[in-house]
Amino acid sequence: MSKTKKITWNVGLIAALLIILFILEQVLPSGSMLFTVLKKGAIYALVAVSMNLLNGFTGLFSLGQAGFMLLGAYTYAILTIPSASRASVYQYYNGGIINFALPVPIALIAGGLVAAIFAFLIGLPVLRLKSDYLAIATLGFAEIIRAVFQWDKLGPVTNGSNLLRSFPTFHSVLYPFIVSGICIALIVLLINSTYGRAFKAIRDDEIAAEAMGINLAHHKRLAFVISSFFAGVSGGLLAMYQTTIQASMFKSAMTYEILLIVVIGGIGSVTGSCISSFLFIACSEWWLRFLDNENLYIGSFHVPLLRPGFRKVVFAIVIMAMVLFYRQGIMGTREFSVEGCYNFFQKRFGKKSVKKAGDTHEQ
Amino acid sequence: MSSILEIKDLNVSYGGIKAVKDISFHVEEGEIVTLIGANGAGKSSTLRSIVGLEKPESGSILFNEKEIASLPTDRIVVEGITLVPEGRRVFSDLTVLENLKIGAYMRKDALDEDIKWVYDLFPRLKERSWQLAGTLSGGEQQMLAIGRALMSRPKLIMMDEPSLGLAPIIVQGVFDIIREINKQGVTILLVEQNANMALKAAHRAYVMETGRITLSGTGKELAENEEIKAAYLGKSKEANV
Repeated sequence: MSKTKKITWNVGLIAALLIILFILEQVLPSGSMLFTVLKKGAIYALVAVSMNLLNGFTGLFSLGQAGFMLLGAYTYAILTIPSASRASVYQYYNGGIINFALPVPIALIAGGLVAAIFAFLIGLPVLRLKSDYLAIATLGFAEIIRAVFQWDKLGPVTNGSNLLRSFPTFHSVLYPFIVSGICIALIVLLINSTYGRAFKAIRDDEIAAEAMGINLAHHKRLAFVISSFFAGVSGGLLAMYQTTIQASMFKSAMTYEILLIVVIGGIGSVTGSCISSFLFIACSEWWLRFLDNENLYIGSFHVPLLRPGFRKVVFAIVIMAMVLFYRQGIMGTREFSVEGCYNFFQKRFGKKSVKKAGDTHEQ
Repeated sequence: MSSILEIKDLNVSYGGIKAVKDISFHVEEGEIVTLIGANGAGKSSTLRSIVGLEKPESGSILFNEKEIASLPTDRIVVEGITLVPEGRRVFSDLTVLENLKIGAYMRKDALDEDIKWVYDLFPRLKERSWQLAGTLSGGEQQMLAIGRALMSRPKLIMMDEPSLGLAPIIVQGVFDIIREINKQGVTILLVEQNANMALKAAHRAYVMETGRITLSGTGKELAENEEIKAAYLGKSKEANV
């Protein structure tokens, strides 16, 4: 496939996706579960890809994602609550100390930047650690950040342990798709650049990478800061999706959910993370909800064990089974691409049926 | 000929244990020089400290009359020294071509010519350009490790045990390549336990024992030295008398 043809295909697919989403929004009632899944799935896809950049492409096992999302979400919320609503939101702190509101896109980027700055600072000591130790340190950071943001003394800025609300949110499902899409595209560009190649070299063999002249500390910090930036942006998006936020939301359980998505999708595959993000959100928010129903009957048989929260057990079992039997995840380190599908169909069905498949697609 | 690399009174230690004690040697431009010696003699530590992976405790390392002992590895690679690390260490989840490109990471100019050069030296790599490096055989991985190092256009290439774990016939091929690269103008500093092959290929050689250089001479001289024969070439003194 030629390069221009590939680009046209990709642009066409993205346009088709956005048009389908737009039409769905006009047709289906806005309360439909599908939109919940699509919105939250798009946001989680971004944070999962950002985690994959670190864990899958640079080989740094970090578990600080929830902490960076918290930083992004709070920065976004604090900077965008309209001045008029501040008195009611910060009712225990005399309206807080910030009296301006920034436009949404700037606040989202600011959220990413704050997360990136924190990543830079904690990266200085923490990135000297390897594997499990790095995971423990970053997990600790996320927990500390969460506690600090609930601290009463910081109330005039963070509203203590109370909810932040009244900030601008999105209604259309297109919004998170477009923002996440742009961010993921940027990450993909980075991965395919010489920097991305250096990240992968560090993942494969640190000593050899260093001998080739790759500055380990610099590149690890770069990957950590960029990953945290996008985690911060996705935190901002999550705040918009939830409409209210509170530090206690960003528990380590959230990091594990993201890790689950990355592992299921395939460590080292961007498209894998995206696909498994939507799958995971669909299961946890929608398809597996019935497991939480205590009074489920099949015919006259009362299904035992079911109670609220039981669906989480399924995820625990899935992750164990994945690690034991299917470690490469859905995509492994491969990527879903138009070219890949084209080659697949060509191999499978020969030239003629490819043409047919192409025709039906165009209709 | 002038000294491209000059080491003076180099000391390297790991947490109080001295691995390299006051060694001095030099490498002339266009030469193949080899350091031979048993396990733990300090050969690898010497190479690692030259390329900046290990900080020397004291001593000076002059490369083209410039002191490089305090420079970080990335600066040293730009200066023109590259290490082919022990045990090949190719990037197994990257393709052969990507491995080669990583080798040229510190360079900003066009790579096409160098990739062609490496592919001419190693036609097998060209055939396997899109294969993941981890799927290559041991010999091919060693070729890739050497090719990757050549991509940085080094003036001096240092190889740490290039024959390690390879079948004898492949080892022969590796040494042929080393001579070929040298003919094309790259100076080579070689660390080997396979003293026989190394001494045959080298212009000059140094023998290291427990952190010190105990003998030096041309490759031929050392290959005929009775003590070397007994210690490293597996021939007893009596048998040769």
